Amino acid sequence: MIHLDNIRKVFNAGKPNEFVAIDAVHLTIDAQRATALKGPSGSGKTTLLSILGCMARPTSGRITLKNREMSSLPERFLTEIRRETFGVIFQQFNLIKGLTPLENVMIPAYPKGENFASLKKRAMELLDMLNLADKAQAKVEWLSGGEAQRTAIARALINNPTIIIADEPTAHLDSRLSLEFMEIMRRLKEEGKTILIASHDPLVYESNVIDRIVEMRDGKLVVHGDGR
Amino acid sequence: MRAIAKQRYILDLVLSSMARRKGKNIALVLVYTFVLFLLASVLFSVESLKREAKLILQDAPEMTVQRLTAGRQDLIPTDFIASISTIRGVQSVEGRLWGYYYDALSGANFTLMVNTALNDKMGEIVIGTGVARRSNTDSGLRTLGKNDIIPFKTADSSVLPLTVKGFLPSTSELVTADLILVSESDFRRIFAIGKDLVTDLVLKVKNGKELGTIAGKITQIHPDTRPIVREDILRTYEAIFDWRGGVTMMVLSGVLFAFVILAWDKATGLSAEEKREIGILKAVGWETSDILLMKFWEGAAISLSAFFLGILLAYCHIFLASSILFAPILKGWSVLYPHFRLTPYINGYQIATLFFLTVIPYTVVTIVPSWRSATIDPDSVMRM
Repeated sequence: MIHLDNIRKVFNAGKPNEFVAIDAVHLTIDAQRATALKGPSGSGKTTLLSILGCMARPTSGRITLKNREMSSLPERFLTEIRRETFGVIFQQFNLIKGLTPLENVMIPAYPKGENFASLKKRAMELLDMLNLADKAQAKVEWLSGGEAQRTAIARALINNPTIIIADEPTAHLDSRLSLEFMEIMRRLKEEGKTILIASHDPLVYESNVIDRIVEMRDGKLVVHGDGR
Repeated sequence: MRAIAKQRYILDLVLSSMARRKGKNIALVLVYTFVLFLLASVLFSVESLKREAKLILQDAPEMTVQRLTAGRQDLIPTDFIASISTIRGVQSVEGRLWGYYYDALSGANFTLMVNTALNDKMGEIVIGTGVARRSNTDSGLRTLGKNDIIPFKTADSSVLPLTVKGFLPSTSELVTADLILVSESDFRRIFAIGKDLVTDLVLKVKNGKELGTIAGKITQIHPDTRPIVREDILRTYEAIFDWRGGVTMMVLSGVLFAFVILAWDKATGLSAEEKREIGILKAVGWETSDILLMKFWEGAAISLSAFFLGILLAYCHIFLASSILFAPILKGWSVLYPHFRLTPYINGYQIATLFFLTVIPYTVVTIVPSWRSATIDPDSVMRM
């Protein structure tokens, strides 16, 4: 589904503080499977996840998504692909304060300009599926960590993406909520979504939801094995 | 339909985002409104005063003839009336008697003018409301009433007491505040002017298009005269009010400059929270153009609110509250300030000038920093 070919990402290129985040990465992500990017802090997981999710461009190398070359696409097309294909769950959840969970969930669909009633219905169904229907009109600041994360999951699903990307999703959750999160991922995988999670939490990469672990260290892939 | 729905979603988000930053936005709108209020007040009052002067001058004589002695205005002999009347196209010629009178006790300049209706009422005067408010009496400065007496110092240093028998209507106060109407014999006594002289002549002509030709003929017959047509007076009035407007603007320029700095600072500096929101929106699939559109609506909402509020307040200030803040500068420099209410007059050109000087630059200024933030890679939000 996604194929990375000799990807290299350099920050502050040509400056004294130049930093190579990832280097010589060859990777293929299969559709409808759950892949975990594992590695210590600073190993390049987040950078690789950004490149896989079309949120950042590599300094060199090629990315193909469903056999379509992505590296050279203009920003506008890339945004559209990001919106239609990927749903992102951030480590800090990144909900917009002052808005309700319902509004936060609907935001990714705003640029599409679809009918309000149907968009609201879909957002409410997602919140309901994640047991948040009663909190739909509360302010996001009042939500607990688990509720905030489930709101972020609902937001990632609003445009019905085929790939779910999660960056350190359990970093701010206790064990019970972490297991709950992995259960949601299992359901999504069973619905046919492709799951990509960057994490150094054993509760994530040791979970039986994960089909494949990609280990990283110092910006390079360490283990590139199939299956658990 | 989708495009409209998209605009509605974005506008909706803008309004809720503005409501979240109430303090900053209310402060901006208040300062912005104040500046617009000042600008619009100056513009409205100058334009209305010019229009008022124009309306009043509509009834003014079409041509005034003065006599000049070595370039200085001098009294004009009454026998000029006969010679000017013979010019073809001249309907009537009348001599006028008027002059400025400095009243040392009240410190004000009055304009004394002869009114033929008072000719058989020696010792009586009709005064403008400004004079009534300012005149001195035996008991000091107080508002004059009917039958009060104003003492005038005559040219031979004697005192001529004249009795107030009436007041000029306050509706014409812009031009009659300092006016005193007297009888011809009292006027001639005060200023010691002989019966064969008048201050100037006023002409009525049959055809307004012939004014130039008639003026030429008058200067041919009497080379020491200066014909002034009504349009010249109007131009002078316009120049005076424009100049006063300019002075006011100079005084206000400090306030305007302070606003520009504040608006620049507030509008251009995105807070960390705003930058974070832009990052989130980009990461969840918003295009740069969507974010710019959002910021455009935000700037437009603030500047349009301030624009309409400022104009409304300026309207109330100038036309309902008699421009209490600017009256001393705009109406005149005389000791006798006219009290009057301007007739509302606003034209599209004024509104457009204000709009292009305020709303457009502000909206542009707010978009620039957002454009800088909106063009960052969406992955930056992953590291927040």
